[in-house]
Amino acid sequence: MLTKESIQKIDREIAKYPAGRKQSAVMAALAIAQEELGWLPSEAIEFVANYLDMPPIAAYEVASFYNMYDLKPVGRHKLTVCTNLPCMLSGGVDAAEYLKKKLGIGFNETTPDGRFTLKEGECMGACGDAPVMLVSNRRMCGGMRPDEIDKLLEELE
Amino acid sequence: MAILGALNPILTVGWDGGAAWRLQDYVKRGGYKALGRIFEERISPDQLIGEIKKSGLRGRGGAGFPTGLKWSFMPKDFKDGKYIVCNTDEGEPGTFKDRDILRGNPHAVIEGMVIAAYAVGAARGYNYIHGEIWDIYKRFEEALDEARAAGFVGKNILGSGFDFELFAHHGYGAYICGEESALLESIEGKKGQPRFKPPFPASVGLYGKPTTINNTETFAAVPFVLNMGAEAYLEAGKPNNAGTKLFSVSGHVNRPGNYEIPLGTPFPVLLEMAGGMRGGRKLKACIPGGSSAPVLPAEVIMACTMDYDAIGKAGSMLGSGAVIVMDETTCMVKALERLSYFYHEESCGQCTPCREGTGWLYAIVHRIEHGAGRPEDLDLLRGITANIMGRTVCALGDAASMPVQGFLKHFRDEFEYHIENGKCLVPPEVQRAGSTFFKATV
Ligand SMILES: Cc1cc2nc3c(=O)[nH]c(=O)nc-3n(C[C@H](O)[C@H](O)[C@H](O)COP(=O)(O)O)c2cc1C
Ligand code: SF4
Ligand code: FES
Repeated sequence: MLTKESIQKIDREIAKYPAGRKQSAVMAALAIAQEELGWLPSEAIEFVANYLDMPPIAAYEVASFYNMYDLKPVGRHKLTVCTNLPCMLSGGVDAAEYLKKKLGIGFNETTPDGRFTLKEGECMGACGDAPVMLVSNRRMCGGMRPDEIDKLLEELE
Repeated sequence: MAILGALNPILTVGWDGGAAWRLQDYVKRGGYKALGRIFEERISPDQLIGEIKKSGLRGRGGAGFPTGLKWSFMPKDFKDGKYIVCNTDEGEPGTFKDRDILRGNPHAVIEGMVIAAYAVGAARGYNYIHGEIWDIYKRFEEALDEARAAGFVGKNILGSGFDFELFAHHGYGAYICGEESALLESIEGKKGQPRFKPPFPASVGLYGKPTTINNTETFAAVPFVLNMGAEAYLEAGKPNNAGTKLFSVSGHVNRPGNYEIPLGTPFPVLLEMAGGMRGGRKLKACIPGGSSAPVLPAEVIMACTMDYDAIGKAGSMLGSGAVIVMDETTCMVKALERLSYFYHEESCGQCTPCREGTGWLYAIVHRIEHGAGRPEDLDLLRGITANIMGRTVCALGDAASMPVQGFLKHFRDEFEYHIENGKCLVPPEVQRAGSTFFKATV
């Protein structure tokens, strides 16, 4: 299901926890699977559960509890815009509106060409840099006013 | 974002915009000296805990609980593996200091955790870092590798015979995991649902073992407290409010960012450090301690000093030190609507008053904001908060209720205006000007 490289990464995570506590690696393992596959189909969740000797339902519970796991396919780039109050005061909501108009989609939608998915986010602990957005869970971008948003969109193929 | 300013700093001395974070930089700044001295001078765990108690250091994660006292709750005779856990989940809206601490000085957190582990007899530790700051998580892992290679972490630390293993664990988007028992569940590989307390983590924590859990900034302060001495640290702040604290200033100021100031510094000084009000507009209100803290009107916050006692006396909380500044362009109903949405979204759902109550709070504030408020709504909101508070497993229920109570207490007239007129007291174009997204009004 996953490449050897991903499995090695998961093994490194398992080694962080005491013997018999493999389940502790489930968050990292699901993140690794998602990074490889783009999202988390139920077979991937089941695979991770089996690999960590835990019931699939327990892994599914984790995957559905935490916001950054995608249980449905997303575009090549997932843009999560923080609109919480501190960001809102400095343009977080405006940035989201700007993106919606520019991409022609709403929150939780994907552009027809499969390039972008737009999500509304909660505080990412970066409020001083507002407007803030997270690109595909990994890259945090701050100071996202119209020019910077335009630049970012161009850069993301 | 880096540390943008400081007054008599302790934690951030010598930071170089986050660039000088490596082990060698930290050692140059006097890093790992405190740890070395503990082993050289054979300072006992009891002496250490005594020193931290004497320093008056209080937890920086929100509740301000005395750190030395917390450490002393760990059972001394328990031999079957105790844990140290660092809370870098940092999801309280307005808070972004722990990210900067790990960016600029990850080794201070590592040294603080190793010292804490020695003090309470823990053999293993985890730093739980929220998933949105991936680069910081990676940096912390790198710093850990450096510390291991240099013998500050791992077996027989500095030849002392003391063993301590430390790892990073990442979250993946759940505010509730900042609550300490939810965080422990999350490390165990489960949904982040808070546990009933008691028992507290010091008796039954990670994997059921005694666990000490502190905030990132708390651990980062520990080496500095020991280096400068408990009394000097105490005197750097004011009685009952020892030392310095990082304040994350966000919202309508010219220079949003982190500022390290002694506890007890007047709020106007902090506001000035943050560049003053954006566009020279008038301060309307301020949430002084993260989104869960009740909002304070301008005249009240301007008369406050930034410390646990003064902010408490003014009717709010110092919390995590997240200072959310709002100017006269702010619609208070809309502000509360967004916060109420957040708590409803992030409720873990296991207690009925919180799961249902936060949904009602949001629905009612939402309808007021959208011109469909009813005259009885304000009493209804009050009633719901009263029925949530104190009736839930964790403090998120209270955290969702206190903002509602604070906004209604100080800005009731704005809510009433919305209900009577179906629109906001602050015209839409004035509201739009506040964010400066299109830079038109700066
Ligand atoms: C809903 C909720 C969210 C919390 N989020 C955080 C957080 O992000 N970071 C943190 O350090 N403490 C957070 N806390 C407080 C922790 O439960 C705990 O008190 C703290 O980590 C203890 O560390 P300290 O004594 O050093 O402050 C939160 C509490 C609640 C109820
Ligand atoms: S108060 Fe809310 S977040 Fe806390 S345990 Fe209950 S339902 Fe979960
Ligand atoms: S409110 Fe947006 S990052 Fe904190």
